[in-house]
Amino acid sequence: MTNTWIILGATSSMARAFARKVAAQGDGVLLAGRDSDDLAALASDCHLRGARISEAVTFDARDPEGFAALVERLKAEDGLISAAVFVGSMPEQALIDADPALIDGTVTDSFTGPARFLHLLVPEMERRGGGTVVGVGSVAGDRGRIGNYVYGAAKAGFATYLSGLRNRLTRAGGHVVTVKPGFVDTAMTWGLPGLFLVASPENVADDIARAVLKGRNVIYTPFFWRYIMLIIRHIPEFIFKKMKI
Amino acid sequence: MRWKAAEYSGWGRALWAKGEIARPERQRGLDQVFAEGIVPAQGMRRSYGDAGLNDKGRMVDMTRLDRMLGFDPDTGILDVESGARIGTIAAAFAPRGWLPAVMPGTGFATVGGCIAQDVHGKNHHVAGSFCQHVISIQLRQPDGQTVTVTPDTTPDLFRATAGGLGQTGVIVAARIRLQPCKGDIMMVTERRVEGWDQHLSLLDASTATYTVGWIDATAMGKALGRGILEEGETNSGLVPQREKFRKVPFTAPRFALSKPIVRAFNEAYFRRVPRTGRTVVRPIGDFFFPLDKIHDWNKLYGKHGFHQFQCVVPLSSHPALREMLETIAASGLASPLAVLKRMAEGRAGHLSFPMEGYTLAVDFPNRAEARELIKRLEDMTLSAGGRLYFAKDSLARGTDIRAMYPEHQEWLRVVTQADPEARLMTDMIRRLKLRSQA
Repeated sequence: MTNTWIILGATSSMARAFARKVAAQGDGVLLAGRDSDDLAALASDCHLRGARISEAVTFDARDPEGFAALVERLKAEDGLISAAVFVGSMPEQALIDADPALIDGTVTDSFTGPARFLHLLVPEMERRGGGTVVGVGSVAGDRGRIGNYVYGAAKAGFATYLSGLRNRLTRAGGHVVTVKPGFVDTAMTWGLPGLFLVASPENVADDIARAVLKGRNVIYTPFFWRYIMLIIRHIPEFIFKKMKI
Repeated sequence: MRWKAAEYSGWGRALWAKGEIARPERQRGLDQVFAEGIVPAQGMRRSYGDAGLNDKGRMVDMTRLDRMLGFDPDTGILDVESGARIGTIAAAFAPRGWLPAVMPGTGFATVGGCIAQDVHGKNHHVAGSFCQHVISIQLRQPDGQTVTVTPDTTPDLFRATAGGLGQTGVIVAARIRLQPCKGDIMMVTERRVEGWDQHLSLLDASTATYTVGWIDATAMGKALGRGILEEGETNSGLVPQREKFRKVPFTAPRFALSKPIVRAFNEAYFRRVPRTGRTVVRPIGDFFFPLDKIHDWNKLYGKHGFHQFQCVVPLSSHPALREMLETIAASGLASPLAVLKRMAEGRAGHLSFPMEGYTLAVDFPNRAEARELIKRLEDMTLSAGGRLYFAKDSLARGTDIRAMYPEHQEWLRVVTQADPEARLMTDMIRRLKLRSQA
C-alpha cells in the first residue's frame, strides 16, 4: 500500500535526511515548514530520489489556523498517511531566564503545536487503519538539567503525549515511534563546545527508518544514549540537584 | 551564523589549518555567511593537499547545500547545488539509466569540488574532463553578485572557474549533463599485466568506455609496471547491492603500511585475478569508488598522513614515466595500488590538469625520504613536459607549477578582476604563489 508522509520541520537536517530516506523508498512526502524556498529545493530533491509525490507545504507550529488545511491536503492522498515531527526550538536557557515569555514559544514549537496538529490528523489515520507517527523528542526530556530545562520540559511533555498517542493508535492498527536523539551534527549543534560522540543526521535517519520498519516504540539514537540516560535518570535527586552536567 | 573553530586537513592529513568554518544548511544561511564578506568555500575536503584549507582565516563548508534541484529526462541535464556528492547523484540516477558523465575516484567529492579541480575519471579518454559537461555555474562573486557562468556567454570566466581552485567566486550551484548508461551495475574485465611495455600497449589498445590500470609500484626488474588492467562497461541486471561499509576506527601505527606488508598486499592483489583474466559483475559504486567502502581509509597512514604524487606526461614521454616508476620501485616507499591511465586532451579551464598522455598516481607516507623522492619525481615531470595535479598536490613549488601551466597568466588576469582584494585565497594558492605575477 502507498504511504504518504507529512514531515513537520522539514528544513532541519535530520528531517531532510529522513525525507530523503522515505523518498528513496518511493513514499510520498509533504515537506512542511516556514522557509518555502528551502522547502521547494528539498521537494525537488526528494522527487528526483524517487518520491511518489513531493511537495512543499506551509506549517508554523505557532499558527494552528493552518493545520486543518494541511490535514485536508493529506486526506486527498490514497493509502496510508504517516507523520514525522521534527519541529522544536531551543533558545539558550540564559535568554529564557532573561525573558520568561520565551517559554511559551518553546513549548508551542516543541510540544503543543505539533500535538494539536497530530490530534487533527489522528482520526483520519484511525479511519484508514494504519500509518505511523514518528515523534522526535530529545534526551534532554529525560531529566531536567540547569542548562536547558524549559526545552527539556517541552520535550518531556511531547514524549508523554506520544506515549498516550501510541496507546490510542495501536488499537486502530497504527503505530507511534518516539525518537530520542543524543548529539547530532546539525545547525543547532555546529560549533558548540563540549559535544562528544556526535552522530550524523543520516545515521539518525537510518535508525528512525529501521524503527518504523520494526515497529519499535522508543528509540535512542545513537543507541548508546539509552545507557547514558539510564544512568543519568537513576542518579538520586539529592545528588543530581548539586550536579552540573 | 555560528562559526566553528576547527583544526582541519586535506585528505592526505599531512597539511593542516586552523580557522573558523561556517556550515549553512539553506541558501538563506549562505547569504548570512557572506553578509560579513565572502570567504573561500570547501566541500568534503577530498583534495589531498591544501586546496581546501585556509589557515588563520575563515571558510564556508558547502556540504549541506546539496539538493538536486531539477532534471530533464529529454536532455539529461541536472540542476544541483554545489555541495551534492557525485556518488549520491550516481546512486539516485543509475537505476534510471543516467550517470554523471565524469566521476572522480571517490563518490564523496562534491559537484563544487569537481568543478574547481576540473576532475577526470576512468573514462577521460572518451568523455574528457568534468567541466566539459558543465552547462552553467551559479557563481557567487566577491562583489555580492551571483552570476551565471557558461562556456559560451562568459568564456573567460568559465575557463578561470573550471579547475580554477575557487578563486573566481564561490560555486553555489551548477547545471551538468548526465550521460545515459545501461544500468547500475558494471561488467568489469580484469586481466593481469606482466610488465611496463604490456601495460602501456594494453592501455593504448583499450576500446572500453572505462579503463584503468592498477600498478604494483613495488615490483622491480622484469616485473616493473606489472598490475591489473580493468575495463568496464555499464549494464543492467540483478546483483545484490553491497551496502556494508567499513570504517578505519583509529589512526594506524607506522608499521601498518611498512614495506613487507605493502609487498605482500600487492602480490595478493595481483594474484587475485586469475592468469587467464576474468569478467565480473560489480555494483557501480564498487567500480568507480573502490575505496569509499572503507570510510576514513586515510587514517591507515598514521598520524603523519601521506602524500599522493600524480603527474601526467605527454605520450612521447613514456620513457620518462618508466624512469619515474623505476625510481619509485627502487625507493621501496610506495604504498599499495598505484594507478596508471591513458588520458586524452579533454580539459575545460586554464588550470585544468589533463593533457594527452599517461597519468601515474602513487601514494607515499609523509616521511622525509618520501618528500625528497616526490621532489625528484616533480623535477622529472617538469623536464618530461608534464604537469602535476592540484587535487593531489601538497609539496610542489610555484615556479615549477607556472612552467607546467602555460595559461596561468590568463587565469590570473581573470581572477584578479573577479576577486581584486584576494579574499578567496587558500593555503594552496599562497604556497604556490598563484595569485602573484611572478
